Amino acid sequence: MTRTQVQIIERILAAIPIMLGVVILAFLFMRMIPGDPVDIMMGEAGGVTHEEMASLRAQFDLDKSLPVQLVLYLGRLFKGDMGYSLQRARPVKEIILEAVPATVELALFSLLFALILGIPLGIASARYQNSIVDRIGMATSFLGISMPGFWLGIIGIIVFSLGLGWLPTSGRITYGMAPKSITGLMTLDALITANTGALKDALRYLALPAVTMGAGVAAVVARVTRSSMLEALKTDYVLFAKAKGVPDRTVTIKHALRNALIPTVTVVGLQVGTLLGGNMIVETIFGWPGLGRIVVDAIFSRDYPLVQAAVMVYALTFVVINLATDIFYTYLNPKMTL
Amino acid sequence: MSVNAEHVDSLKRRSLGSDTYTLDTPVPGISRRPWSGFRNISGILFKLKNHPGAIVGGFVILAYVICAVFAPYIAPHSPGEVALAKRFVPPVIGSINPLGTDQLGRDILSRIIYGARVSILVGVLTVAISMVIGVGLGLIAGYYQGSFDKIMSRFTDLLLAFPYLIFVIGAMSVLGPGFWNLILALCFKGWVEFYRLSRAEVMSQKASEYVEAARALGRTDGAIMISEILPNIIHSILVLGTLRMGNMIVMESSLSFLGLGVPPSIPAWGSMVSDGRRYMLNAWWVATLPGLALVVLVLAINLVGEGLRDVLDPRLKEN
Repeated sequence: MTRTQVQIIERILAAIPIMLGVVILAFLFMRMIPGDPVDIMMGEAGGVTHEEMASLRAQFDLDKSLPVQLVLYLGRLFKGDMGYSLQRARPVKEIILEAVPATVELALFSLLFALILGIPLGIASARYQNSIVDRIGMATSFLGISMPGFWLGIIGIIVFSLGLGWLPTSGRITYGMAPKSITGLMTLDALITANTGALKDALRYLALPAVTMGAGVAAVVARVTRSSMLEALKTDYVLFAKAKGVPDRTVTIKHALRNALIPTVTVVGLQVGTLLGGNMIVETIFGWPGLGRIVVDAIFSRDYPLVQAAVMVYALTFVVINLATDIFYTYLNPKMTL
Repeated sequence: MSVNAEHVDSLKRRSLGSDTYTLDTPVPGISRRPWSGFRNISGILFKLKNHPGAIVGGFVILAYVICAVFAPYIAPHSPGEVALAKRFVPPVIGSINPLGTDQLGRDILSRIIYGARVSILVGVLTVAISMVIGVGLGLIAGYYQGSFDKIMSRFTDLLLAFPYLIFVIGAMSVLGPGFWNLILALCFKGWVEFYRLSRAEVMSQKASEYVEAARALGRTDGAIMISEILPNIIHSILVLGTLRMGNMIVMESSLSFLGLGVPPSIPAWGSMVSDGRRYMLNAWWVATLPGLALVVLVLAINLVGEGLRDVLDPRLKEN
């Protein structure tokens, strides 16, 4: 095994206790609710008998001791059982699986937007340092970093949906336009079924939420790309390439950019946390039927099993993506010791 | 180990904050001039003169703080004053409702001024509490290392596995809306970054000569941590604190926007934006103006943070 492979395996092994910790913390979450969760959950329903309450308590293992509860919880989780949502009268796993494609699609498009905008902006700002492009680009990205997603989203709706009427205010696709569901990602399904009408429609619905969610990430990507490009442009190999007479454009893209993108990859990995968090806000604003909106709804209906499972899914996703970033980073830069 | 008495003296003066020391003797392990109390503030302000953004940001923050503190004297109306006859009055500069009124006829300018109280208080309190806890634990963990450090570092790894906003949303769903619950939820994870930073900094300073010298002079561990090491690492901690304050304020208003922040009876920018969402079509000002107040404040804080970082701790600069 090479050193890189050993490092990667070590990294994966180190992530396991963290994931277990996340699961335990998510378990404790429902037990930290002041008072009796069943009382609180059923408080609004009314007309529930004592026997029904007791059977509910038994269903959540609340009649057993904490360690026993934990073991039972882990056992069920291992079998893929994430609990049962009383409010929606369905298994939590089903609800979450149904919502995931919408969230993944939105996240992918946000990331795509962030990279398409952020990387060229960063390169241009570095290549023409202190020019007007650089100044405007960096001022905009500074604004992007300071701007909360919910405000940007609302401005977008007021300008592009209500004002200009170009884009829809909420939802995922016009009723009746949805392509046959294969992957659950509307755009991909539309492509597979060669349904251009649905593709266009889905993209119109995606535009505002994706830009809202991706703006902050784009700003960070632009800043990091700029500073690492500035550094790369000053290195000996870039100087040497220039001295050899390699065209400017080739030097920037081929020599400098390839090395400068390593920090960008790391930052994008870390920004996934921001994307996941922003997800709840953006989905709420745009009525996007994903995981984030379900969590927010679940919090207000005191649907604790659903909140618990969703928070766990978010955190595990974050751990896995950070792990993937680390591994990717090792491949890009074998000199780096993890 | 023999300790040059003169050297020790100069080191002590350095860390105790006299400005009579000279830089004649190069001291390994000390790369920056240590913090020396309020006398340093004028020095920092002087250096910030080359950062116009930070100066503008500073004045903007000052204006917000004045508004928050003297809100009852500055606000033209009471923030809760309902006037159903004047619902959705559009903003007209110079009128009695310069920024218009909301769905209940309440004056938006007054509510924005009062809303500054929550945002600034949450920003300052969460950063201060997180800083004290994080730096305290970081000093101990970095200085002694050993099992305390190992346990703490595992715990912080675990907390870092949760995206911040999701952690806070989860915590608020358990705790319920409320000012102190919000502070608790934000601080519960907020201290981690301060812990990590100060721990790493202490570890890098621990082997410095001035620490060894203090130890040779028989100073207690506590005294070394507080009066020797802390002044040498406080710069980067303050920079982090400033940059985080903007984040905390954004998070507070995001939570208030979702209805998980402070109770609706207290005017907060996030909940004002959220209320205004329903009336975006006819009354754009209800949702947008409170958000604008927030953006300007966060922008100002970040400008000051960046300026401070360039002046105090250039190493933190993105590279």
